[in-house]
Amino acid sequence: MKTNVISEADLKLGRYRIDPEAPLLEVEDLHVEFRIEDGIVKAVNGLAYTLGKGETLAVLGESGSGKSVSHHAIMGILDTPPGYVTKGSVKFRGVELLAPHKKTGTLDHVVPEIRGTRVAMVFQDALTALNPVFTVGWQIGEMFRVHEGLSRKAAKQRAIEMMDRVKIPSAKERVNSYPHEFSGGMRQRVMIAMALSLDPEVIIADEPTTALDVTVQSQIMDLLKELQQDTGMGLVLITHDLAVVAEVADSVVVMYAGRRMEKGGIEEIFHSAAHPYTLGLMKSIARPDVHLERLEPIMGSPPDLLDIPPGCPFHPRCEYVIDRCRVEIPELYAIDEHHSSACFRWQEVQIHV
Amino acid sequence: MGRYLIRRVLQFIPVFFGATFLLFALVFVMPGDPIRALSGDKPLEPAVIEALQERYNLDKPFYQQYAIYITNVMKGDFGTDFRGRPVSDIMKTSLPITVRLALLAFAFEVVIGLTAGVIAGVRKGKFFDSLVLISTLIVIAIPIFVLGFMAQIVFGLKLGWFPISGYRDGIYSLLLPAMVLASLSLAYIARLARTSLVENLRADYVRTAKAKGLSTKRVIGIHTLRNSLIPVATYLAVDLGALMGGAIITETIFNLPGLGRAVFDATRSQEGTVVIGIATFLVIVYMIANLLVDVLYGILDPRIRYE
Ligand SMILES: Nc1ncnc2c1ncn2[C@@H]1O[C@H](COP(=O)(O)OP(=O)(O)OP(=O)(O)O)[C@@H](O)[C@H]1O
Ligand SMILES: [Mg+2]
Repeated sequence: MKTNVISEADLKLGRYRIDPEAPLLEVEDLHVEFRIEDGIVKAVNGLAYTLGKGETLAVLGESGSGKSVSHHAIMGILDTPPGYVTKGSVKFRGVELLAPHKKTGTLDHVVPEIRGTRVAMVFQDALTALNPVFTVGWQIGEMFRVHEGLSRKAAKQRAIEMMDRVKIPSAKERVNSYPHEFSGGMRQRVMIAMALSLDPEVIIADEPTTALDVTVQSQIMDLLKELQQDTGMGLVLITHDLAVVAEVADSVVVMYAGRRMEKGGIEEIFHSAAHPYTLGLMKSIARPDVHLERLEPIMGSPPDLLDIPPGCPFHPRCEYVIDRCRVEIPELYAIDEHHSSACFRWQEVQIHV
Repeated sequence: MGRYLIRRVLQFIPVFFGATFLLFALVFVMPGDPIRALSGDKPLEPAVIEALQERYNLDKPFYQQYAIYITNVMKGDFGTDFRGRPVSDIMKTSLPITVRLALLAFAFEVVIGLTAGVIAGVRKGKFFDSLVLISTLIVIAIPIFVLGFMAQIVFGLKLGWFPISGYRDGIYSLLLPAMVLASLSLAYIARLARTSLVENLRADYVRTAKAKGLSTKRVIGIHTLRNSLIPVATYLAVDLGALMGGAIITETIFNLPGLGRAVFDATRSQEGTVVIGIATFLVIVYMIANLLVDVLYGILDPRIRYE
């Protein structure tokens, strides 16, 4: 585990003031929108979380809830235009990553130095996420060539070491293969090797196992868990998969329409959920600990992000809806130290669990 | 790969016979009598006509003429025109001009077309992009001979920047014709490069490249461009063949003594052997260009497998 001291890598970030006591990642009130012809797609509307050292945070939510987009914003790889960060703050170890743009007033990501080196990302579908025309050795090695100035030969050697580290068999022979020549699981290992190559402190894994079959899924998760234990890095795990959440996560953020609906430790989310949406998710996706007779999808459909309903965005689909929900956006109610819910009726919801 | 190449080269054989046969048949059915055309107004003696017909095998049936011709071609003899000049000589003098013209046009396509397309793609929706889209559309819409005459009048006659016609000033007299010859493909290349780049910029691997902390220059210049250039490079290779054969109009407008002009003249004076000889040569150039495309495709895109 890394200790709370300024490391050599920190010194490279000289012009920023790294706070050794600060959490790895602090996201506050993050807002992202896409300005398209049809209007403004409000994809992220106030996401917030804190990721500590060695912690695994699961970000859970239906498709379209803004899980990917918010993390593109955190990484500074949002497609601009049409995507803009309009509000909020992202801090990496106390260093603010966002700053207002002089003209537009939207927020720019202004610390490119951390991208890929301190905060790395693993994407869902490694077949499309890797460049089809370069060998995997070239693509992993690029991290060393670009960021550490290594020669081609030395970089390739390091790429082989990284491939060994993520347990790709006969790495030395496979280093010159192209992405399409690997199986799905091996390809995902290549992605992980690439993300890990510069010893980042945070890895954001965006549905890293969704494209894989079940046995390979658990192998990849085991690998991530193991690597995390070795390095003490923080892991943000974006996923639909409750089994994965239950197995590896320390805490969970539940997102809906770009908002944080509930946040809590793994126990609290699974056994004393305090938001109707979380409850709905639990009933609609297969979970490892409780055998459900049948899966009940949440009634209705996700909101149109061009026109999010007033009040709580979940109210049109909510069993617990009261008049107040239609007009007022619920604040985040602290249930206990680590558990909070954005529902007026969280107490009643929790009793029904 | 080796076996694939051999198979592709073997495919040249039927294409070669098919193309020459077709050309031969077309020339055979061309209206008019070449020997009479040769003599102009003054009628020839019947004995002379007969002698000429025999010398050029015009008295024999079609298939026999074809067989004689093909046998000679295999021996490297493309025959002579009616004035007794070997067709291979005509090719030897006119080919270098056409090759220079084609290469120059090719260079324009690569340098101007590709650059314009790439910049337009990077600045999608901005002024330069619109400029490229509109100007290429205009070039595509105007027939090449109109463009050729316009260029000749404006840049040659009015402004006097370039020679109007002929090949007296060497490469310099090829600049304007090469630009005209290149214009259509240049417009296509610019559009193809732009579309391909815009499309690739949306690809997942571009996001990965950004997430790796690479500079925008590297993300676009290496990761995106390398993929975007696959269709452009293959188009360029096909075009190299097309440029060689497509110079007929340009060479005629600018009065350049190249292959295209030779074919044009030969068609008018019904010099069958010349037409067939040059056309056959162009067919071979086309086939080689096509083979080049397929090989290039495999080199640029490792996902392509040769079988
Ligand atoms: N370029 C874009 N233009 C317009 N809208 C966009 C764009 N990119 C994303 N969005 C919108 O942002 C919203 C959030 O998308 P996001 O990809 O973050 O969802 P997600 O939670 O990751 O879903 P999934 O589980 O399917 O990956 C979606 O409704 C999507 O339509
Ligand atoms: Mg996503």
